[in-house]
This record gives sequence, C-alpha cells and structure tokens, in this order.
Amino acid sequence: MTSTPLGSPEIYRLTVNGESHDVQDAWLGESLLYVLRERLGLPGSKGACEQGECGSCTVLLDGAAVCACLVMAASATDADIVTVEGLPTSEAAPLTDVQAAFLDEGAVQCGFCTPGLIVAVHHLLDHNPRPTALETREALSGNICRCTGYGRIFAAVDAVVASRAEQSAP
Amino acid sequence: MPVITPSTVDEVLSQLGERPDALLLSGGTDVMVEINMAHRKAPAEVIALRRVEELRRWEHHTTPDGTGGTVMIGSGVPYAEMEHGPLAEHFPALAEAARTVGSPQIRAAGTLGGNLGTCSPAGDGLPVLYALDAVVHLRSASGARDVPVGEFMVGVKKNVLEPGELITGVTLPVRRGWQGYSKVGVRNAMVIATASACLAMDRERGSVSLALGAVGTTILRCRDAENWLAAEIALTDAQLEIGDDVVREFGQRAAADARPIDDHRSTAAYRGHAVGVLASRLLRRAVA
Repeated sequence: MTSTPLGSPEIYRLTVNGESHDVQDAWLGESLLYVLRERLGLPGSKGACEQGECGSCTVLLDGAAVCACLVMAASATDADIVTVEGLPTSEAAPLTDVQAAFLDEGAVQCGFCTPGLIVAVHHLLDHNPRPTALETREALSGNICRCTGYGRIFAAVDAVVASRAEQSAP
Repeated sequence: MPVITPSTVDEVLSQLGERPDALLLSGGTDVMVEINMAHRKAPAEVIALRRVEELRRWEHHTTPDGTGGTVMIGSGVPYAEMEHGPLAEHFPALAEAARTVGSPQIRAAGTLGGNLGTCSPAGDGLPVLYALDAVVHLRSASGARDVPVGEFMVGVKKNVLEPGELITGVTLPVRRGWQGYSKVGVRNAMVIATASACLAMDRERGSVSLALGAVGTTILRCRDAENWLAAEIALTDAQLEIGDDVVREFGQRAAADARPIDDHRSTAAYRGHAVGVLASRLLRRAVA
C-alpha cells in the first residue's frame, strides 16, 4: 500500500510509456489527462469534453483503453500507462501502421480526435485483428469525430487489417 | 492529504476506519466528471480501489439440487467483463445493460460498485440488480451486513451506505428463464438512460420481475404488472404464447407504475410513455 501525498509540494511517480516520471505540485483530484499534458509535457492526449464522452484523451492503463480525463492521476501510481506518444515506432518507421493508414486514407481533418482514435484502433486491432464492421464501430463508439463522418477512419482501420494480415501470411 | 491505494479489502477497511469520510474511488467515471466540471469539491481524502484484486473477482456458488445457484460479483469488476463470457451467460440482462454503459472506455473502468455508490436512478446496472433481487454486500472495520438492493437505494443518489462502509460486491441468483434490458436515450452509444427497464422471468417459480430505471427517485419494481402477467400466462410452460393484448396491457401497467419527472434530459410525459413501450418490447422479445 502506498500513500501519495497531494495538495502539498510532495512528489508522486507515474510510469508513462515505460519511463518513470515525478509529478510535482499537482492537487488532489487532478486527472491523468491534465497531469500528462500540463505536468509531464506529453500533450498528445487531447482534452475536449473532460467528462469521458469524446475519447480524445484515450490512453492505455494496464492494457485497457480508458479516458485519461476520468483517471485520478494519483491513483495510478502503480499502473503501466501508454499514451499516443508511446506507441511503438522506430527511426525507420516514425509512424505506427495505424498512424500511417490514417494519413494515407485521409482520416484526419481537424485532427483533434485523432490521437485518441489512434490509441483506440491500436487497442482494438491488438485484441481483435479481424474485426467485423460492427465490432469496429462499437470499439470506436467512444471516440467522437465531428469532421470526417467516420468513413475514412473505418477505411484506415480496414487498410491496417489488410496490411497486417498480409504481413502475417505465410 | 494522500490518495491511498490499498491492495486488500482489509487494508481498505482499516484505512476507512481511520478516515470514514474518505471518498472511495472505483472506476472514477462518475467522480472524475464531477471533479473536472467543478460540481464537486476535490475531496480531502481518497481511497482508490483499483489495486484491490479481491474486489475484481466473481464467484459462482452452485447448489447441490442442480438449480442455478448464485453468483457473487465483486464491486470492482468492470462492465467490460460482463458483456461477454460466463457472466453474460449467467445474466443476459446484465450483459445487455453493461453493453449500453457509456463507451468501451467507460466500460473498461466503470463497475457495479460504482453504480451502487453513485446510486443514480439512471444507472444502467441497477434495474438488473432490482429485477434479480440482488443482495448488496457491505463491510466495515467493525463488521459486515447484507442489504437487499431495494433497501440499499433510498433516493436520487442516496443509499444506506454508512461512513466507514465499503461495497464489496453483489449476489445474484442464476435463474432459468428469459431476461433482458432495454433503454431509451438520444443516441445508441455513450448515452445516459432517459428511461430503462429490465424484465426477468423465473421459469421454475413461475414468476416474473420488471424493474424500471430513470422514472422515479429510485429504481422501481412493478409488482402490479409482474403479478398480473404471472397470472395471465403460464410461465412454467415450455412454449410461451402471448397475445398482442397482453403485451399492450403489460406496457400500460408498467407505465402506470412509473413516477417520472421533467428534467434537462426529458419530460415526465415522454419518460412515462417510453418506459411502457420498453416493457412491451421486452415482453415481445421474451416470447419471440
């Protein structure tokens, strides 16, 4: 059991994208979204509704896709947190396959919802490599996009499914 | 003051014994909205339950006589775990209700314990707990008690939880018979119920239960509609046959039991109408 002092200058520690970060000067009740963006310099997760409706702040918390705005940051001291910045990329491939597919298919317009959707699509395809159209819609039903009408987003998902299937074919 | 993250129920209870007014944080999907929107002052003390594995388990207790037995679902089991798999097979209505909670992100975090702690009449898990006569398990540093869900919830966001008490889980009977959950909202995903209903049949006992959500200060059980339907049809028969007139009257009786209000989400008139339609639809699905 750990006690995380808050509302005081004391520090607590979060593990984000495999790295340990000290969080300073946060107040009790501060959301993980706020801490990521304003305390840890990780602005990839977006804050739009701050009530769990839009999915723009989707992150992985111990492998589950959740809204960072609904996680009390100081309660996640033991958790493995992955943000859009921490998705697996390399120098040779600076974008993940999902990010590349979003660009290729024109699934991005204003871009505000995109980081949350990227995390949600990775989560979906890591657990269900061949989702049906309905499964994709349900999996992304917590990510609101007001620009694209979703057609190109679903096209991007289909493109990743096809390219991953091709790569894993014997 | 600290955010405390115990890893066992005993640790929670001893912490809660020392600070009985601490906020118990489960999935955070209600509490954090209130804090983010400044509808609730940031609490002075928080006991976060996410590390307590004991609360994230469920257990099936079978009975020697071969009937379904009961299932104890820990208060920290997320809705995502009720949507598919064995819990969904034991409780199809719970699976349907779970699937309508928020979005996948909300269902990965939200729990029945949180639904009971918040005790909103629009909580999606609650009509199912009412229809199945669930018992809520409470523990504190000084003891334990079991409360029928119908006595646990006493008003809008009001329950009988005492300072120092923790909701550890709920026990539900596994029944033979159709059950389902239905809800109306402004869209299909990510919506709070405008009206909701859960219908559950018990083919062994020949009884039926109907619980309504978001149309009263608590979840409502429709004893009149239940008794009328159980007398009207032979629930123990292998093949249920129900005429349109029975379906219609069941909905009318359900609507008559509703006590809806006007608020920012809907009107009393619409809610009363809608909940009758939901009850009729559930009955139609039950015999389809």
